[in-house]
Amino acid sequence: MRASSAPPALRRWFAAVGPVDRVGVEERVAKFTTRSIKKAAKVQGLKLAVSMVDLTTLEGKDTPGKVASLCRKALRPHDDAAVPAAAAVCIYPSLVRAARRALGPRSPVRLASVATAFPSGQTALATRLAEVRRAVADGADEIDMVINRGAFLAGELTRVRDEIAAVVATCGPAALKVILEVGELETYDHIRAASCLALGELRPGDFIKTSTGKTATNATLANTQVMLEAIRDHYLETGVAIGMKPAGGIRTAKQALHFLVAVKETLGDAWLTPARYRFGASALLNDLVRQLEKERTGAYPAPYAFSEAAESY
Amino acid sequence: MAPPASSRRPRRPAPELLFGDLWPYDPAPETADPRIRPEYDLFIGGRFVPAADGTRFTSINPATERPLTELARGGPADVDAACRAAAAAFPRWSRLPGAERGKYLFRLARLLQDRAREFAVAETMDNGKPIRETRDFDVPSAAAHFFYHAGWADKLAYLAPGRTVAPLGVVGQVIPWNFPLLMLAWKIAPALAAGNCVVLKPASNTPLTAVKLAELLQEAELPPGVVNIVTGPGATGAHLLAHPLVRKVAFTGSTEVGKVILRSVAGAGKRLTMELGGKAANIVFADAPLDQAVEGIVNGIFFNQGQVCCAGSRLLVQESVAERVVAQLRRRLRVLRVGDPLDKNTDLGAIVSREQRDVIRGYLRAGVAEGAELWQAPFRAPARGFYVPPAVFTGVTQSHRIAREEIFGPVLSVLTFRTVEEAVEKANNTPYGLSAGVWTDKGSLILRLATELRAGVVWANTFNKFDPASPFGGYKESGFGREGGRHGLLDYCAVT
Repeated sequence: MRASSAPPALRRWFAAVGPVDRVGVEERVAKFTTRSIKKAAKVQGLKLAVSMVDLTTLEGKDTPGKVASLCRKALRPHDDAAVPAAAAVCIYPSLVRAARRALGPRSPVRLASVATAFPSGQTALATRLAEVRRAVADGADEIDMVINRGAFLAGELTRVRDEIAAVVATCGPAALKVILEVGELETYDHIRAASCLALGELRPGDFIKTSTGKTATNATLANTQVMLEAIRDHYLETGVAIGMKPAGGIRTAKQALHFLVAVKETLGDAWLTPARYRFGASALLNDLVRQLEKERTGAYPAPYAFSEAAESY
Repeated sequence: MAPPASSRRPRRPAPELLFGDLWPYDPAPETADPRIRPEYDLFIGGRFVPAADGTRFTSINPATERPLTELARGGPADVDAACRAAAAAFPRWSRLPGAERGKYLFRLARLLQDRAREFAVAETMDNGKPIRETRDFDVPSAAAHFFYHAGWADKLAYLAPGRTVAPLGVVGQVIPWNFPLLMLAWKIAPALAAGNCVVLKPASNTPLTAVKLAELLQEAELPPGVVNIVTGPGATGAHLLAHPLVRKVAFTGSTEVGKVILRSVAGAGKRLTMELGGKAANIVFADAPLDQAVEGIVNGIFFNQGQVCCAGSRLLVQESVAERVVAQLRRRLRVLRVGDPLDKNTDLGAIVSREQRDVIRGYLRAGVAEGAELWQAPFRAPARGFYVPPAVFTGVTQSHRIAREEIFGPVLSVLTFRTVEEAVEKANNTPYGLSAGVWTDKGSLILRLATELRAGVVWANTFNKFDPASPFGGYKESGFGREGGRHGLLDYCAVT
């Protein structure tokens, strides 16, 4: 849908937040990929990335055993104690109790649960809120919600906003990550507009997140850049610092470093922390560890040298 | 961005973003061998020969101020020898089937690609521009120009349908120091494709890649005399362009020197192409995609340290967004990396020479003296080398020297406007007319400005984009004739 054919409410909102030029933003992020990150900078970047991973499993066949195993992996990604713990594990609500048991009550690794009828969000608001309430009660530290894309694309912005506000209220102490599902928003104009809409409802410590990982297009440098710039504008205007979580499609250490370059050069040092930046990923963690091992020993270990080395993650 | 209606959070003054060194990049120097010989001779008649008077001059690396190599100082006698060699080669070269000439150009393009890294490093060391640009822009674009014109060589019959085109003869070409290899490709490739022979004089600051290219010409087994390269001072260029054997003069450089050349060749019946200075306006409307516009402003004026004839050195920004755009621009400039040009993470390298650095500093002083407000990105200058950090002047008016004269450095003058008419008027209020940029989300406004701006190139929602197929050249004192595309090729042909 083009901006000019959008419903009036959406059009007004587009005008308020400003447009995004596709060619320009893609050119900008291409420059991030030409940064050469070597030696000490590489090791530091890789460790930072490890500490930002939301280690994720979101499959119908997940079991309490698999989740427990994932929790161990997040706490200790590698035998080498110099490798930090991951930021969080991210799982379905039905497994929150199992994960809480595996992590223990005061774990350095946070427990994130998707909720609100992930990934489509296609149930009544009351049902979605009940799911959030239950996940928090079961011990989730963070909730990953999806926005109502149908309402957004139909121009029902107030509804989208009110639903986010309702989830914020229901989360209580838990941090909230608002998934825009960029693959279904289609244009950068929409991504910026949706980002700005969500940002206005969030509290410091909350996040906006690109995607569920369940659609064809997930996190790219470009759509993440559009969201980073929205976060920057919101911060400069209100002083409220919101975090960012690209999710889906980031599989290699090199990609992760490019994403961190974008953060360093767009939002600056204050966002280079797991408190404000996360990677929603699974296979990424082992590639980061693998590159760290390579930097340490000068050689790449075999894939089976790493625990949880399964492509299904 | 207006906050959503339901937001009732108390407003606090927002702290600035912090671009510190929490996660610094390690040095990442490019280590490819530039294969620079200690001495280079003139390339005349397919052979390397010393200057007739045996003298030499030194080319230095502007990032370190250390000598790079010694080059023959060509004088009038050498220019004469080169022109004779070119004239001797012309009959055979111009009668070669186009496809044969094309083969040589294809071969040159491929050789340049094969040795791209080597040429990129040599260009960076000679000119001071960052390796990121020589690697990603200068060398690939130079190769692209050879490829493009190689394709034209056997299709000249379709260049001007219904008419015949013929080569002109010996072409004298003088190129500037800002894109030494690329300007050489812009000049040589169309001249050869059309069947002309060439005598080229590279800038005295940056002759290295031209003499390195002479080695490629030998390797490509280009017939002797088809291309001759004479290094030397500006006076040697003047001799070349005034030489009676030269039928066509192609010059890229300053408007000042261009005028001198025009006087010297007046009445000699030579064909002329002049690509001279510029003072481009980059016009940002309030409805523009601002982040991308800021990126375009940066690319427009800080690309190649601002030493670009089509640089967007005047930013015209609509007053309602002026404050925001300037704030965003300063934030962006804080993460622009100035320093060692050979470091792969450097965005802005060294200025080409001490003289040019001093010219730029002179303009910085002039801007301040005339009452404009100067902001420069924080920068720790290396002990040696000619560096100028990015500079932004605000509060600039049309009558400031920094808004009227071409600075050829990383200096941006910011002016504001209220209406479209005012923007066009200010943009056109300059002796130059090489390029302009328009930033708006409104397509109809782009089309309107493309016709109203008196500039050879008008970029819309982008800046500093080049393609061998796209003609480039100026209005008014920015010169005449075009380079690139059909139009550029026609300037190397007699059409009957």
